[in-house]
Amino acid sequence: MMTILAIADHGLQWPDAEQFLRVLLMRDYNTRVVVLGVSVLGLAAGVVGTFMLLRRQALLSDAVSHATLPGIGLAFMLMAAWGGDGRTLGGLLLGAALFGVLAIFCVIGLTRYTRLKDDTALAIVLSVLFGLGIAFLGLIQNMQEGNAAGLSQFIYGKAASMLAVEANTIFVSACVIALVCTLLFKEFTLVCFDQGFAATQGWPVGWLDLVLMVMVVGVTVVGLQAVGLILVVAMLIIPPAAARFWTDHLSRMALIAGGLGAVSGYLGATLSGLMTNLPTGPVIVLTATFMFGVSLLLGWRRGVIRRVAAHVRLVRRVGMQHLLRAMYELRESGDDPIRIGRLMMKRSWSIRRLKRLLKRAQRCGHVQAVSDQSVRLTEQGLAAAATVVRNHRLWEIYLITHADIAPSHVDRDADAIEHVLGAELVERLERTLAVEPSRAPPSPHPLAGAAS
Amino acid sequence: MASSARTSEHSANAPLSIHDMTVAYHRRPVLWDIDFDAPQARLIGIVGPNGAGKSTLIKAALDLVPRVSGVVSIYGKPYRQQRRLVGYVPQRESVDWDFPVNARDVVTMGRYGQIGWCRPVTRRHRAAAMEALDRVGMADYARRQISQLSGGQQQRVFLARALAQEAELYLMDEPFAGVDAATEQAIMAILEDLKHAGKTVLVVHHDLQTVSDYFDWLILLNMRIVDAGPTADVFTHDNLHKTYGGKLTLLSEAADLIAKQR
Repeated sequence: MMTILAIADHGLQWPDAEQFLRVLLMRDYNTRVVVLGVSVLGLAAGVVGTFMLLRRQALLSDAVSHATLPGIGLAFMLMAAWGGDGRTLGGLLLGAALFGVLAIFCVIGLTRYTRLKDDTALAIVLSVLFGLGIAFLGLIQNMQEGNAAGLSQFIYGKAASMLAVEANTIFVSACVIALVCTLLFKEFTLVCFDQGFAATQGWPVGWLDLVLMVMVVGVTVVGLQAVGLILVVAMLIIPPAAARFWTDHLSRMALIAGGLGAVSGYLGATLSGLMTNLPTGPVIVLTATFMFGVSLLLGWRRGVIRRVAAHVRLVRRVGMQHLLRAMYELRESGDDPIRIGRLMMKRSWSIRRLKRLLKRAQRCGHVQAVSDQSVRLTEQGLAAAATVVRNHRLWEIYLITHADIAPSHVDRDADAIEHVLGAELVERLERTLAVEPSRAPPSPHPLAGAAS
Repeated sequence: MASSARTSEHSANAPLSIHDMTVAYHRRPVLWDIDFDAPQARLIGIVGPNGAGKSTLIKAALDLVPRVSGVVSIYGKPYRQQRRLVGYVPQRESVDWDFPVNARDVVTMGRYGQIGWCRPVTRRHRAAAMEALDRVGMADYARRQISQLSGGQQQRVFLARALAQEAELYLMDEPFAGVDAATEQAIMAILEDLKHAGKTVLVVHHDLQTVSDYFDWLILLNMRIVDAGPTADVFTHDNLHKTYGGKLTLLSEAADLIAKQR
């Protein structure tokens, strides 16, 4: 079974349509297991990563993955020294796993028994162990025995050169990891959210933490061949970070992260199969990052566009409410229709902004133009304005009577908060102030710009 | 120095009995020779200046920080065997409120101990969580993501989580911190209910003005127990003087300053 997925071993070549289909539709057995294996690995990484992200341990997974390199090097040297094939995969991965666990204990030990902060401990452990790994690789290159070629594949990852057996191992391990996460979902959630509380209920917090770390080591180690140790952290962290933009619910976040991870795994494995000299790791990272960017912009919960849109809506609503209130107050003092010049004096708005506001108010039917220079509230506009003014004045009266704020200052304070008063709060204000519903009380202070 | 509760004989069935407990952080002792029996069905205040070790007392009793020496028993048995009987409300700042869960999810965590390993949350436990939320007046906010709750509401959610534990002894770490007056009254009403139902509630408390209104039993703490007993006996000028080092008014200002510098 030495079938190798790499389409061509020399030169940069774009695949032709037939190859493209063959890989995308996974017609070869080998392609199929490799792509499936890496996809399931992506899924498991996304789920485990969700907990790492929430546990604020994103960087720990980076330290773990870097620490696997000396493990691989040492395992290779030992196996070669005892006369075996240094590249026996099981041995290499065992060495990687042991060093991954060692890295975790180093970080925990450094933070617990010295006064070092955890970022310092992480930086030390990561760089020292990775440096050690590079030194080992240097030694190995000078060794005669053992067949050192291909060790660097663990650094960048090359799914395309994986054997079906190896891909099967990935598949099975990833399934086990995903299963453990599902079974311990409740426990991991509790430990990530509130360790102290979890401990008082008798959950073995330390052990659960350790199981989570072992999952991370597991993802890292089985992902080494496919993704490479430098970039495996991206598979753990980027999908959950992207998922957070879409949901406020942990189980959905884990599902989305798993899905994004699987998609990036799939694309990473297929693209690296298609294109010569394209390592899997970078493709997976780039795919995941692309989806992260999309989530950042479009995410329903926390996406930038949604937040900007919400802000724009708020600004518009506030502007409209200012206009309606100004017109209502002028109408109270007898201006009907209202001259635009008089409106100008009510607030510090520019003529352009005022005109724009008026135009928008006309479009939604709150205001009608009487002439070039004067406008009036429509019936609908009047009703809307009455509500706005009412809320404003209720809040002002509340501030004066209950918060001891001078009447001359309440206008500004009320201005800041009235636009966010919800129905529930208004109702409470009405009850507190014992005013009858649906009528605006008179203003508790003289109005600016009123001719009265 | 001598505490009225320091007796060699501990009552066998006190809800919480702490015997000669000493706690140290980085080898510096923060609590010395803590020794008292908390009586059943009382609201017990733990009062003392900043850095007196009030939170540490609770955490050490719950095995959250290691004890150098001493024995803690809950209804006469070690805490390990009695976890089900103890409800805990940690400080609100101890968790990340941006965590992707809603109010009901947090309260359901109070049931995890009863649900057990690897089992999913069933409808029965979700109903119990809703009931607890209802008791603290937060039923309408069950689906609200916890970061969207105000400080007082978050505190109520924590209280509801402890209620959902259906415990006999409750340990609460500053449940009134950062809470408005209305919420404080609401929480107090719930604590009174717990007391009338025969539960014992220990509360770490800051506000000396409300001490005699709220608590019928009191522990004055400043790295050691200055005095412990019924509020009427313990809450005296002399004792406060001992607890707060004689500069009661200055101290709270100084403490605020220190807190700001941290």
